[in-house]
Amino acid sequence: MVISLQIVQKTKKFLLEIGELAYFAKRFFKEVFTKPFEFKELLLQSYKMGNQSLLLVGITGFILGLVFTLQSRPTLMEFGAASWMPSMVSISIVRELGPVIIALICAGKLSSGIGAELGSMRVTEQIDAMEVSGTNPFKYLVVTRILAVTLTLPLLVIFGDTIALFGSALIENLKGDVSFQLYFNKVFNALKFSDMIPATIKTFFFGFAIGLVGCFKGYYCKKGTVGVGEASNTAVVYASMLLFILDFIAVFISDIFFEI
Amino acid sequence: MKKQENITPILKITDLKKSFGDNHVLNGFTMNLYEAENLVLMGKSGSGKSVMIKCVVGLMQADAGTIEIMGKDITTLSQKEFNNLRTQIGFLFQGSALYDSMTVRENLEFPLRKFPEYANKSKQLVLEALESVGLKNAIDLMPEELSGGMKRRIALARAIILRPKIIIYDEPTTGLDPITAKEIIQLMIGIQQKFKTSSLIITHDMDCARVISNRMILLIDGINYIEGTYKELAASKDKKVQEFFK
Repeated sequence: MVISLQIVQKTKKFLLEIGELAYFAKRFFKEVFTKPFEFKELLLQSYKMGNQSLLLVGITGFILGLVFTLQSRPTLMEFGAASWMPSMVSISIVRELGPVIIALICAGKLSSGIGAELGSMRVTEQIDAMEVSGTNPFKYLVVTRILAVTLTLPLLVIFGDTIALFGSALIENLKGDVSFQLYFNKVFNALKFSDMIPATIKTFFFGFAIGLVGCFKGYYCKKGTVGVGEASNTAVVYASMLLFILDFIAVFISDIFFEI
Repeated sequence: MKKQENITPILKITDLKKSFGDNHVLNGFTMNLYEAENLVLMGKSGSGKSVMIKCVVGLMQADAGTIEIMGKDITTLSQKEFNNLRTQIGFLFQGSALYDSMTVRENLEFPLRKFPEYANKSKQLVLEALESVGLKNAIDLMPEELSGGMKRRIALARAIILRPKIIIYDEPTTGLDPITAKEIIQLMIGIQQKFKTSSLIITHDMDCARVISNRMILLIDGINYIEGTYKELAASKDKKVQEFFK
């Protein structure tokens, strides 16, 4: 009885939070199109988020390409299909692995960063100070950050995918005597727009989800340092979960329109 | 304060009520703040002082009652009108609330960014404000490089940069050593004399209240329990009042 009551309460709390998140998203869409536009802050945040994640995304992408090729090579060779390696790796990375893994890495870095930053601003009354000075903190802090992640993540994913393909080409070059030129010729022959367009579109949604959850958790952070840690932590968990849900929806829709 | 009875108050709060569930924090609080006056508001922790000032600056909405700032009832104003009115109110937060990611200069320029008319004068205004608090050399420092007292001064400079008519101080001396606290009090007096502002000061610091107040209000159980000068309240025989002056 007690356990079922706890489940009901937790479900209720979870659904309530989903509702609040939806309301937060609604407020974002309402404020994003109204003046004044905070272009300077948007550029600053885009630069910060993109620039600070570049190395991490690059290393992740490189290792992803490297490991994926190393692991797949023996199996493909067993079937005498080693020449299919560039096509297989490129399609897997561009369609699914690149966007999802890089988005997850960025969820860990950006969503928690935003959650902690806004959370500590809330706790130390900096958001209140902004409001008292007549500035709309939602517009200045939230709208700019969500937009910045939404716009930056697709670029980071394209960068990460490219590095991953270089990593894969390197292994093929070292182990299979495949030249870089031949490798990339095969990659470009294998890739179609129907592979790249849905994958790129979904990264905008991934970026939006990462920014939205980070800002939501930070902006409504409960008082105290514990609250800041909690905001940062739950932002990563919620953002990661949301990414997988969005990915499922994206693959489902892509299947309808592009027949994967 | 009898001579002020016929003067229009710059801030008028009437029958303000605010509850959080069953917790009735403000139960019809009423007060007036007059021009160039230093009004000290005292009360136990949780008596509703902070809630009251948050209602005044629009960080919280009251359940009932009216708040008139310079003759305008803020509950009837649009957000834009209220934001314009907010520029007439300076607010010194208890923890200073300086923006961590900005330098002192950027912190002070932040309230000016909404006003194109200040674009050319911002440098001069920042320097003047810093000069008023005696920290002209800190202009390019980050908040993390400042001591608690310096942060409070910079926050004060930010509060006065738009030359507000009213300054609200939330525990201006809390967490400071006695010497720095005295310096902050002297600064508050100096600013009041220089800019002829009206000040609403929330404090538990009796020294601060004694030195700075023209008038005091004691907030108990969400109402204006007693008001008068420091001397009048100190001489009161009421037990609840005496607890504060022990």
